[in-house]
Amino acid sequence: MDTIAQQGMYPEFPRCGKEHARSTHYCAGCGHGIANKLVAGVCAELDLQDRTIFVDPVGCGVFTYYYWDAAHVSAAHGRASAAATGVARARPDAVTIAYQGDGDLGAIGFNNAFQAASRGEKFGCIFINNSLYGMTGGQMAPTTLEGERTTTTPFGRDPALTGHPLHVCEVFDRLQAPVYIARVSVADTRRIMQARAAIRRVFEIQRDGGGYALLEILAPCPTNFGMDPLKAAAFCMGEMEREFPLGVFRDTGKGVRGNGAAAENAQAAPESPFLAVKPVPRAASCAELFAEPPGAEAPPPANDPSVPERRFKFAGFGGQGILSLGICVAEAARMERRHALWFPSYGPEQRGGSASCSVVTSGTAIGSPVVERPDVLVCMNLPSYLRFAGDVKEGGAILLDESARDAPPPPPGVDLITVPAIRMAEELGVPKAANTMMLAALRKYSLTGLDPASLENALAASFRKKPQLAEKNRGLLREAESRLPDRRGGAD
Amino acid sequence: MTKFVKGNEAVVIGALYAGCDLYFGYPITPASEIAHGAAKWFPMLGRVFVQAECETASVNMMFGAAAAGKLCMTATSGPGFSLMQEGLSYLAGAELPAVVVDVMRAGPGLGNVYPEQGDYTPAVKGGGHGNYSTFTVAPASVQEMCDLTIHAFRMAAKYRNPAIVLVDGLQGQMMETLTLPDGEDARPDFSAWAAQGVPATRGNLVKSIFLDAAAQERFNEKLQAKYAAWRCEARAETWMADDADVLLCGYGISSRIARSAVAALRGRGVKAGLFRPVTLNPFPAEALAAAAAGRRILAVELDAGQFADDLRLNLAKSGLGAEAAGVAMVNRMGGQTVSAEAAAKAAEAVLGK
Repeated sequence: MDTIAQQGMYPEFPRCGKEHARSTHYCAGCGHGIANKLVAGVCAELDLQDRTIFVDPVGCGVFTYYYWDAAHVSAAHGRASAAATGVARARPDAVTIAYQGDGDLGAIGFNNAFQAASRGEKFGCIFINNSLYGMTGGQMAPTTLEGERTTTTPFGRDPALTGHPLHVCEVFDRLQAPVYIARVSVADTRRIMQARAAIRRVFEIQRDGGGYALLEILAPCPTNFGMDPLKAAAFCMGEMEREFPLGVFRDTGKGVRGNGAAAENAQAAPESPFLAVKPVPRAASCAELFAEPPGAEAPPPANDPSVPERRFKFAGFGGQGILSLGICVAEAARMERRHALWFPSYGPEQRGGSASCSVVTSGTAIGSPVVERPDVLVCMNLPSYLRFAGDVKEGGAILLDESARDAPPPPPGVDLITVPAIRMAEELGVPKAANTMMLAALRKYSLTGLDPASLENALAASFRKKPQLAEKNRGLLREAESRLPDRRGGAD
Repeated sequence: MTKFVKGNEAVVIGALYAGCDLYFGYPITPASEIAHGAAKWFPMLGRVFVQAECETASVNMMFGAAAAGKLCMTATSGPGFSLMQEGLSYLAGAELPAVVVDVMRAGPGLGNVYPEQGDYTPAVKGGGHGNYSTFTVAPASVQEMCDLTIHAFRMAAKYRNPAIVLVDGLQGQMMETLTLPDGEDARPDFSAWAAQGVPATRGNLVKSIFLDAAAQERFNEKLQAKYAAWRCEARAETWMADDADVLLCGYGISSRIARSAVAALRGRGVKAGLFRPVTLNPFPAEALAAAAAGRRILAVELDAGQFADDLRLNLAKSGLGAEAAGVAMVNRMGGQTVSAEAAAKAAEAVLGK
């Protein structure tokens, strides 16, 4: 007979608060006690105690950390599978084992367990089904049998009111990713030996590279069944097994993620350009990942109180490039080492018709990002003009696309300049470039206070992912500028 | 070197420079760009991004990853932040470092996705069960959304406690110039307590349970001692405050609005100044007392007065009862922002002008 230490348990259990404690907190005849001994024994037998991280539940299994000689993480009620996901993702070389009961996994934490299984997380989940909540006083669990009396089904579980027992293995067996799903029992010696072999399988899968494994263990709970241990075991082998048949639902024999069940079970994806998993491009460091392309590099903003603050508003229909026009002006300011800020309308309205954004440029630190009184307003359509024109500061300017017919006059002291942005973009064969036409007008009429070269460089930088478009847009900007009238045109 | 980025992107950049190895998140407006950036950039650097099934899962995945000795984070907004409160209590109860970014939106309930600061109390005082609180920073610029995210990771690791980066939808969506950090932080060594799946950590146990009431009390006292010890980390910013008659107080986006109001007031010859907490927990009580003594106080905020109440509490605790009693407030709610002009007028009203 092995010593207790050789069976993977601590020789004494001081974590329970009593010196030299040698007995567990489990009741006589409880399935947890047997399952605890099997789990610890297998972990030791496979020499995995150094590699194993147990994720403990809330429920009667909460104190496994008193007993099992390996690292432990004590999770919140229902969340052991979520916590085990975090452990396994953080430590892919560890053997991660979650231990959960039927209230913990079947009720409050069902979705966490189910989704972890569906993702094929690399941990083993040992799931104790004793058909009720043990520690909290014998209440109904999702696994409670029809007609079974518990403290919250004092007249027997009535399926008309509380539904039917939840078959966790059968539900999880609909998923593609799990590599192993089985149900065993610890109600008699033969079943205990089968359970031990199944627990060994769960550990081996994790040892050999992993994949999601679920092992449900039917366990008697004499205390809450209100039976002596022998009767409780008989109930477990009789009524419970009739509802929850034992067996191996799935054993792919594979352990390695991406080379196991998920890949094997997956149906061949239909040929489609929308359904390809691309290799992740790698960067060696943050500095490499976030480096700016040549030409867009700039040192931090320099404080220059002689440069006044200038506030802009850009507005139009979604899809007219109004947000990127604003970014372009702000980027140009950044390249000139000014303080720059851009802020979009966001939320549901960005998915509807209208789009607007605000830009602030300044020689000193910018206070409020909210542009209530713009110096310059750029409008691609009449609704934008009607909404924002009244806010423009005296002495400010409005650029309005000529398609906005019958615009009322601007506020006193505000210069209204009509720009054929949409028409010019169509004439140049690039209808999407109406925003570039507006940028040309901003530049030609010196409305930004920025160097014309910076505006062009910022436009080119906005195409940093498509360099061939950068040169084309530089050309469009210059062409548009040459076509615009030299002197400011007023309202029609 | 600089980049022009959204505040939400700056958070991810900061996290990566801080050595954050795992991101767990669930989509929610107006924080989603943080998940988008993390989904792209974490794997490019060989780090882990997991889209969780809900915010409860996110925070408990963080519990596992932090217990396994790695730096990890999530980002969310009001409704998701509410769902994470139990998990934050567990993180604090197990003394685990982790960073939660709350990009506040208007509430209560579903509310809307526009900026508000109504999560102040749960983010600053500990919104879950039990005697815990979080280290909470309040960025006021895109630069700080990066820099204070890094700081949040450092403080979380130093004090073994969850840290919160508290911002709002406006800051998350706005773009400003970001100066990239000089270098990446080294990974902290948590092997003394974490469950890492290696021989050296086999005896480690991460838990928040103390069945024995005396032991639970001792643990609570230890937590409170930790929160007392981190008071030295309090940070604040003041501007034009030295000769001010009225001190405008705000954090995050409200401090930016207050700054514009102070500039406008100074232009009109009104002696106004700005006080802005950079850390909300620990609250910079001493700096507030120094700036506020003998002055009228105006709280600028996007909530019903949670921040103003905390100003009163901190002033009163500093012995400035008269200043505490005189705290006035200008606020908006529901996704509306206080205009700089409204804040300036409120400050003039406080001075009887």
